[in-house]
Amino acid sequence: MATVQTINVTLPSLPAGWSAEKDFKAVGTVSAPTQRNLEPVGPHFLAHARRKRHHRTFSEDERIQAQQNVKSTEDDEDDDISEEEDAMLLAREAKDWKSQDHYQVLGLTKYRWRATPEQIKRAHRKKVLRHHPDKKAALGDRDENDNFFKCIQKATELLLDPVKRRQFDSVDEAAEVEPPTKKQVAKGNFFKLWRPVFVAEGRFSKIQPVPEIGDENSTQEEVENFYNFWYDFDSWRTFEYLDEDVPDDNENRDQKRHMEKKNANARRKRKTEDTARLRHLVDDCAAGDDRIKKFRKAARADKDKKRLEKEAEIKRLAEEKEKARLAEEQAKKDAEEAAKAERENKKKAKEAAKNAAKKNKRVLKGSVKDVNYFGEGGEPSAAQVDSVLGDIDLVISKIDAEELAGLAERLTAAGKDAAAVKTVYVEEVKRLVGAGKVNEGEAKFFV
Amino acid sequence: MSSETNGTAERFAIGISFGNSSSSIARLNAEGKAEVIANEEGDRQIPSVLSYIDGEEYHGTQAKAQLIRNSKNTVAYFRDYLGKDFKSIDPTPCHNSAHPQQSDSTVAFSINDTTAETPNTVTVSEITTRHLRRLKQSASDFLGKQVTAAVITVPTDFKDAQREALIASANAAGLEVLQLIHEPVAAVLAYDARPEAVVTDKLVVVADLGGTRSDAAVVACRGGMYTILATAHDYELGGATLDKIVIDHFAKEFMKKHKTDPRENARGLAKLKLEGEATRKALSLGTNATLSIESLADGIDYGSTVNRTRYELLSGKVFAQFTGLIDQVVKKAGLDVLDIDEVIFAGGTSHTPKIAQLARNIFPETTKILAPSTFVGAINPSELAPRGAAIQASLIQEFEKEDIEQSIHPMVTATPHLQNAIGVEFTSGETVDFKSLLNAETALPARRLAQFPAPKEGGDVFIRVCEGVREIKVTKPEPKPKEEKPAKDDDEDDSDFDSDEDEEEEETREIVWKTEKPIAELAVKGVKAGSKVELMIHVNADLGLQITAKEVGGQSAVRGAVEAPKA
Repeated sequence: MATVQTINVTLPSLPAGWSAEKDFKAVGTVSAPTQRNLEPVGPHFLAHARRKRHHRTFSEDERIQAQQNVKSTEDDEDDDISEEEDAMLLAREAKDWKSQDHYQVLGLTKYRWRATPEQIKRAHRKKVLRHHPDKKAALGDRDENDNFFKCIQKATELLLDPVKRRQFDSVDEAAEVEPPTKKQVAKGNFFKLWRPVFVAEGRFSKIQPVPEIGDENSTQEEVENFYNFWYDFDSWRTFEYLDEDVPDDNENRDQKRHMEKKNANARRKRKTEDTARLRHLVDDCAAGDDRIKKFRKAARADKDKKRLEKEAEIKRLAEEKEKARLAEEQAKKDAEEAAKAERENKKKAKEAAKNAAKKNKRVLKGSVKDVNYFGEGGEPSAAQVDSVLGDIDLVISKIDAEELAGLAERLTAAGKDAAAVKTVYVEEVKRLVGAGKVNEGEAKFFV
Repeated sequence: MSSETNGTAERFAIGISFGNSSSSIARLNAEGKAEVIANEEGDRQIPSVLSYIDGEEYHGTQAKAQLIRNSKNTVAYFRDYLGKDFKSIDPTPCHNSAHPQQSDSTVAFSINDTTAETPNTVTVSEITTRHLRRLKQSASDFLGKQVTAAVITVPTDFKDAQREALIASANAAGLEVLQLIHEPVAAVLAYDARPEAVVTDKLVVVADLGGTRSDAAVVACRGGMYTILATAHDYELGGATLDKIVIDHFAKEFMKKHKTDPRENARGLAKLKLEGEATRKALSLGTNATLSIESLADGIDYGSTVNRTRYELLSGKVFAQFTGLIDQVVKKAGLDVLDIDEVIFAGGTSHTPKIAQLARNIFPETTKILAPSTFVGAINPSELAPRGAAIQASLIQEFEKEDIEQSIHPMVTATPHLQNAIGVEFTSGETVDFKSLLNAETALPARRLAQFPAPKEGGDVFIRVCEGVREIKVTKPEPKPKEEKPAKDDDEDDSDFDSDEDEEEEETREIVWKTEKPIAELAVKGVKAGSKVELMIHVNADLGLQITAKEVGGQSAVRGAVEAPKA
């Protein structure tokens, strides 16, 4: 922001007679501003936002930013490595390098396997600045003992070599975290107790990142994932570091081979033991893990629920079937009853019809009898009676029930008037002949 | 524990320009230069098109090629539908792809995106999510690291609902939206972030000429901060308009030979559109371009060439619309073309050389026209928006979410801007001169430092701080019999761009500064001969001023404050 623009116009000289207190005179004010939205983009805007939000002025902001920058570079220099060096450590013999804790020598015990090569380099540099033999000499220390310096060199050399560092990390006991005992876990804090164990074990994993143990709210998938990972653990842990020294002289080749074989066997054995140990550890953890129990319970409850549902479903189906059967039976029964009633009705109707027909026939026969078989004054001849009755029988046999009723009605209307009765019969016979029910000439009297 | 590590530290942000026709992704490379990332097919401008065949998703150029055979299941030009309801959208661009439909309160497309027979209704938000997911995947593959966050550019007229819909879609695609920034500002940022760029006060016109629409904006850059003064939009003008000219030209030529109109058949039209666009783009680079299409109509293969002059003649009217839009936005901001310091051409259509040349004619010599055909160091216009977004992404990547939200809150962005310029008045004899230190439209609070040479003989120096107003002075070299031109000749540019050459020497127009209102007077005494005087003006948000003047290297300074005007 503090860029200076140079304007190449010469300033005028002070006009004569101008004077003001402290050489400054305010004469006016600035015109009213326009409110606009700034585009929240770009580095200069961010600086503006920072100033506005923290109510800083330009110069304050510049100072604070500058301070922050300075601090951050210093932090980088001085963050980690300033651990105490005890006398025991300083008195170490360089030839015992195998048993020394390289991280402690470099003051990196806080980090151990987490230390980056960058940190190791810086730690080394710091230690060298302090423990270089020349420094000691300058301090007037006459003693020529540069053992600790050698320790430092050895530690750095080893830790900066990735292969050797892994070998050392594999057996770095100080980085181990003991699994909690059952008693400890029983008091609660399951996750808090086990988490560091798995974090520490996870450093040997070829697959990174290692899944975390999670907490009581983890999903089943996460938990299963976690345990599957640890049961299929792929470790790079090796035990070369614990090898016994193989004699380096050419004198005894057999001895050398024997030692190598022994070392290889020891490594294999340790590796097997380590795998078993880890498996045992995961078993212990799983045994104490309430989440697994919870999931199992949930699964069982789920299964039970499903079974119950299934049973209920079967029961429901059976009931439905029974219901359907009953309904069917009822329907059948109803139908039978209805049929029976109908039959009876029909029978009754038939009988009624029959009775009506009988009555009508009687009317028919009675009608001729009433008019004295059409005998004109006196007894009709037997033949005439026969022919009349014969014709009536013919008509009755050919006529159906309704027509019969009609005929009977007309006859009743005709009453005892012989001519009218005869006309009724003649008409009826004619109609029957016309309908083709009676042959012409079949009727003898009513023609 | 895990939430801390997954938070801001592991955020990996890119810049995305999500356009209606094409999108781009960009990221700052190791040298701190913004770089546009190519997708798997090597495209840096990835068509915003998705296509589905048998449940398989195609994206970008591959999907665009499907517009011919599989137009029903190809979704294109969907950006402008996002966050809008069906009533307010313009479905014209989708005539030869999947048609937008109404679905509840949003817009959707009915496409066969699975192997199932029946088409699914996919909302425009879902389509956007899929598109952004593909962009994210391309960026992750290229960078070898999972991308988790992005700064996305949007047009200036994007409503809140559209912004929310875009953020929701991006979140669904697994992208945390750090910020949505305006396209024109992203373009200005892309130019200002070049290492050779210096922070100056300038007024910039950003002409964003896209595939289906064109936008123009006037942006005031004041000490590296940007304020949009005016915007203009034309939703029908864009590359597609120019494509149509090319298509019509070739279709007519085809009809002359074969008596059938290839535009009448949907597939023929789609082929013409695809190839016509390629031809038009080729004409931006070469002076000749060919077009060849197999089985254009009735099984006839067609091949032809067109040269640039022909194309420019045909497109004259459309070009005039582009320049008209630029003219319009300048006027809308209440400015004159003389005020504009830079014109930035952004968007794919800006490659067309003639448009930049026409703009060159509108603006005075001093105005920089930043387009490939007029300025050698121009950045590829298609890459401006994604680059700007990538730069912004790198700036705020480390910030906490809350921090970003607070910074872009209206409380911070709404600021008073100076109405008039503040500067120093020089009186030497008769002539009064004015040099502006803080230009108009400078966001407050602001601070400026300037050095002035003292008079040769030294002694006491007088500084007078004033407000200044610029005026356009029109001088006519000699009265001509021709009819008088109005003082501002803005409207003539629309109609007669080709007769411009004759009228060039009509009149000279220049900016003249006039002092309006004196604010303060200072005296620096006893300045040594040949030394310089440094003046610092600090304007508070409430318009109060602190003014300090001293001799460079000198001990004592003259200080004073001007009180804020009483409202």
